[in-house]
Amino acid sequence: MANRDEIRSGLADILEEVAGVDKADVADEKSFTDELDVDSLSMVEVVVAAEEKFGVKIPDDEVPNLKTVGDAVSYIEKNAA
Amino acid sequence: MTAGSKILAMGHYQPAKVLTNEDLTRIVDTTDEWITTRVGIKERRVAEHETVADMATAAAGKALANAGLSAADIDQVVVATCSSVDRCPNVATRVAHNLGISAPAAYDLNTGCSGFEYALATADHAIRAGASTRALVIGAEKLTDVTDYTDRTSCILFGDGAGAAVVAGVDADEEPGIGPVLWGSRPEMGPVLTIEGWRPYIVQDGQAVFRWATTELPAFAKETCEKAGVRPEELGAFVAHQANLRIIEPLARKLGATNAVIARDIVESGNTSAASVPLALSKLLERGEVASGSPVLLFGFGGGLTYAGQVVRCP
Repeated sequence: MANRDEIRSGLADILEEVAGVDKADVADEKSFTDELDVDSLSMVEVVVAAEEKFGVKIPDDEVPNLKTVGDAVSYIEKNAA
Repeated sequence: MTAGSKILAMGHYQPAKVLTNEDLTRIVDTTDEWITTRVGIKERRVAEHETVADMATAAAGKALANAGLSAADIDQVVVATCSSVDRCPNVATRVAHNLGISAPAAYDLNTGCSGFEYALATADHAIRAGASTRALVIGAEKLTDVTDYTDRTSCILFGDGAGAAVVAGVDADEEPGIGPVLWGSRPEMGPVLTIEGWRPYIVQDGQAVFRWATTELPAFAKETCEKAGVRPEELGAFVAHQANLRIIEPLARKLGATNAVIARDIVESGNTSAASVPLALSKLLERGEVASGSPVLLFGFGGGLTYAGQVVRCP
């Protein structure tokens, strides 16, 4: 099972690929929409890619709770198979 | 009875009035940049005096003329629509009356934005079964009637218009020009896209629809090609429901439609629901962008999370 650093780095790869985010900007306190400029549809793409990469289920109604990179890392850490 | 049917010709109609992104900034809190990056739409057409039946009639009349046929040659009229305010008489009989088609089988069909592909399938099946010889298959919508112009997330999407196909049985020695339909739905996801109530407006959970469309549809599009015995790279064109460029482009990529012209009529027409595929296809044909006989994948998806597609031969 992946640790927080590995999850964050995996998320950074996804964010770069689907939303053009600079990997160096990806840190726990960063907000997806306000600071990383990830719009709502890109967020869906990030979620779908993260589900595949980490073998985790992220339901639609959970997505609004994932406001920062740290929120997503914690969710994946807790729920990954 | 016949071994199959084909599209003889297409026609389309769009109202004259253009509603640009700039116009929308004066109605709701939005910007051209916001709309363009999220859905790819620049402008859409808005019916001022035309009804759904008026637009359907205009598109069907052009399709008939393009086929070199007249009203007397048609014995089936199907109209796919989810936005007609009048329920009875249905749109199909109004179109038949306007065009002077006497005594056709005439019915409306509502599967939301996938309506044209469902209608094309039922018309094809009726012809195969010997219940009809030549059909008008029409997608027509006046979505601006059911658009909530206080909802900045949805009102930027929708437009009005119509597209129509003339469909006829093939000769005994001819291959079918309309491939087998792949159709289905996700009834349990119905609440994510609704037009409900007495004075209904379109209400959409855009992210849920986007997720469904981008994750589940690529496999269905591939399966549609397999049913028709056509490899995705052989497609001459791919005409998907014009919902969002960010759905259409990844869908084409995941499908592997590497040599196909990708219909992007959404840029200038917005989302016109069941009208979007026949409208986009008719415009591709009018501009001569697809060779006659070339395989074209049509794929619709929408409310009820219905979907349907088939490979057709370009007339």
